[in-house]
Amino acid sequence: MAVKIALPKGRLLAKTAALLQTAGWGLDGYHEKARLYRLKCSKFPSLSAKIFHERDIPIQVAIGNYDLGICGLDWVEELLVKYPSSALVKVRDLGYGNGALFVVASRSGGISTLAQVKTRPGIVRIASEYPNLAESFALRNRLSRFSIFPVWGGAEAYPPENAELALVRSQTEAELDKYGMVPVSRVLDYDAFLIANRSSWESKELDNVVASICDSLNKLPAEENSSAEAVMAPGITGEYRKIADDTVRLALPDGHQQAALLKLLDKAGIRMEDYPSATGNRRPKINLEGVTVKVIRPQDMPLQVANGNFDLAITGRDWLLEHLYQFPSSPVKELLDLKQGRVRMVAVVSQTLPAADVYSLRQLAAAREEPFRVASEYVNIADKYARENHLGHYRVIPTWGATEAFLPEDADLLIENTETGQTIARHNLKIIDTLFESTACLIGHARIKSGSKKWERIKAIIETLRAAVEDI
Amino acid sequence: MKVQRCKGTRDLSPEEMSRFRLIEGIFRDCCLKWGYQEVRTPTIEYLHLFTSAGTLTPSMLGKVYSFLDWDGWSGERVVLRPEGTIPVARLYIDTVKKGLAKLCYVVNTFIFEETGKKTRERWQCGVELIGVNTPSSDAELILLALEILKELKLEGVELRLSHAGLIKALLGKLGLSPEEQAQVFDRILDGDRKALARLKSGKTELDSILFPLLSLKGRSAGFLKNLKALSAQSLPEFEPYFDNFIAIVDILEALGCGYQIDIASGAGFEYYTGVIFQFFIGGEKIGGGGRYDDLIPSMGGGDIPASGFALYLDRLMNLVKPEMLAKPLGQAILVRAERAELWKEAFHAAQRLREAGHVAELDLGGQAPASLRWTLDVQGKEPSYLLRDGVKSSQAEASTIEEVITLLEEESGRKDSPA
Repeated sequence: MAVKIALPKGRLLAKTAALLQTAGWGLDGYHEKARLYRLKCSKFPSLSAKIFHERDIPIQVAIGNYDLGICGLDWVEELLVKYPSSALVKVRDLGYGNGALFVVASRSGGISTLAQVKTRPGIVRIASEYPNLAESFALRNRLSRFSIFPVWGGAEAYPPENAELALVRSQTEAELDKYGMVPVSRVLDYDAFLIANRSSWESKELDNVVASICDSLNKLPAEENSSAEAVMAPGITGEYRKIADDTVRLALPDGHQQAALLKLLDKAGIRMEDYPSATGNRRPKINLEGVTVKVIRPQDMPLQVANGNFDLAITGRDWLLEHLYQFPSSPVKELLDLKQGRVRMVAVVSQTLPAADVYSLRQLAAAREEPFRVASEYVNIADKYARENHLGHYRVIPTWGATEAFLPEDADLLIENTETGQTIARHNLKIIDTLFESTACLIGHARIKSGSKKWERIKAIIETLRAAVEDI
Repeated sequence: MKVQRCKGTRDLSPEEMSRFRLIEGIFRDCCLKWGYQEVRTPTIEYLHLFTSAGTLTPSMLGKVYSFLDWDGWSGERVVLRPEGTIPVARLYIDTVKKGLAKLCYVVNTFIFEETGKKTRERWQCGVELIGVNTPSSDAELILLALEILKELKLEGVELRLSHAGLIKALLGKLGLSPEEQAQVFDRILDGDRKALARLKSGKTELDSILFPLLSLKGRSAGFLKNLKALSAQSLPEFEPYFDNFIAIVDILEALGCGYQIDIASGAGFEYYTGVIFQFFIGGEKIGGGGRYDDLIPSMGGGDIPASGFALYLDRLMNLVKPEMLAKPLGQAILVRAERAELWKEAFHAAQRLREAGHVAELDLGGQAPASLRWTLDVQGKEPSYLLRDGVKSSQAEASTIEEVITLLEEESGRKDSPA
């Protein structure tokens, strides 16, 4: 009987690959630079493996697309805390990839205990990649009024000024201290886990595969307690000083957009210090008076601008639209098109699907018994697209990257961005529709008081950037 | 594609709706006669209304339908109303602001139920008495609830009484931290009867009061007076709760109202502070309520005491006897037009029959002829009307609709007149 297993990318990949190599699986191409996501296993010819972003694995196993999966317990609990009836069995603690989730405050923010959080007046804002665990923490501790900021990364950079608390991964409390964080609560200790779909576990013969993994565990070299990833940005050292009301708070993106952006800033005469940062510093200096900069994920910027945490941010139009489709009343708007980082948002299906455009896709969807599966990192854009194109009974499957790997067996349609279309072609997929073009853009809050000093400064930044864009 | 009903929801059939409306009608009539006014709160509220300590137990909070709506960019969630009292307390703070308010409502509530076999949307008839905290006001609510159940002709109603003030005082005596106390209280309210019994203080004088209090089930004020005497020396702080409880029970006794005192049965909501009462029929809980003096203060509404109760419509619907269901007045007549040109006359005839207090349906095709007793053919020529009686297999002719009405009235008169 064919057995399917979901294997992790990222932080657990090296250890998991070593484990499976010890077990003699003979997987072709399970390594950091894997370009294809479907793997064959020479030890178990009937086993097929696929590489996923770790966060997708519990969901894929729970919905029954995979019999087995390997991922951190943190992501398993993130699913189970919100959906306790998920069809997941925690089979075996694999002992490696350990860490803990902490609710932390900034050392400079005046919060260091849970009691202080509870008695604090006003809204408690919690930033986290684990929004379900953060919500559960807030409810369990009876926080009377709270907001959860789900973020794609860099949660530790939010306290103290953009959130009271963050729920973050860390190896030890000492490590938190090093980064200027105070642990308010230790929420979960995790390791890598072997998990199974409940119905597969109850009815399928997975014993050979499970035994080979378990038998190899004690043959692995002991886990040395070093962190493979630099998880945190250095925090604020010393007292956090509240910035003046007329200071412009600018958010700049981390990741691959940085190089092109730096060129544009340079042309505009804006000089940055420690951006991009080799140490992961998220608070670089800028040569503009009355402006502070913080580096966060571009995905998270529209929500943060809407909430008044930033006045300006440079992100992609794709993420702005993703935000506005979810929250049409949001006060965020595009101020300037920076005309770089051009990508297309496209609808993608498998080459083998007999559909050339969205109209034939609609007919295919209508003729099916089971729901049409739409996978995307952009769940609101995907939802709007499916809704407006009348794809009938559909489901949006949220993903955290490597979305191409979902087609054709784990999804029917992808909504994703592409620069050249090469990745899509390499995975034997085809584009059937273009939703819109996206470029980098400057976004801001629609309700800044005009005539204020802050407004003057914002206007000056827009004009400086506009001149630089036109010059390129 | 199969059309499906959402998991954990139910449809109400015409038969079930007639039960629903009967209960709702009797509930409203009783409440209005006691001077209560009907209100209705929105289905959607902010989550934070329910999250503060002293409102919902964490186990209930884990099952609310909360989500980010179209305005949710601030990260604040909204919920589908998980219970009825807190929104009414909000309404009071919002619009009534101070003084006495006697409010009643019929609303649906939403709580996730994991298996999906029980319904996740429930209906309740609720009453809130806001602005007074006398024993007589608690007694009024109990008596009003019992009257509604009596008007519904439900038999075998059991009333069980507990007291949140006493339970909290007990927990305070057991040397638990405030958090542990809150946890045990939550467990009791979530229906874990043994939560209190598992605790032992280790102090003899305390246990000698604890155990009778928890294990005995009393049926008179005497029971409470005995316990009060027993605790007077060692636990003087229990006295005000005993006094309050006894005062309420005295009123119920004076009115001949039967009850059972069962301290460990305090199921309900975390916001209860005083008497807790529950109604059972055949072992099934059909409603309950209690005093919640701290809720409105904790919501920022000032020092306003309150108490209230809810009756569970879904459970009462299964208990109402079929003979209680309202039957339409008058006769049921199927009106048929012989030819297309006669539709106008047929509609007019049906209209007149309805005005005369009957149920008149047009024959649109598809009706089973036997479903209505009478059939009226509109013939368009003399005699204009032919009235057939399906029960007696007889028929009569009439030249005007007034004659038809007279024929029907003669029939009803015969049937309804005393022998």
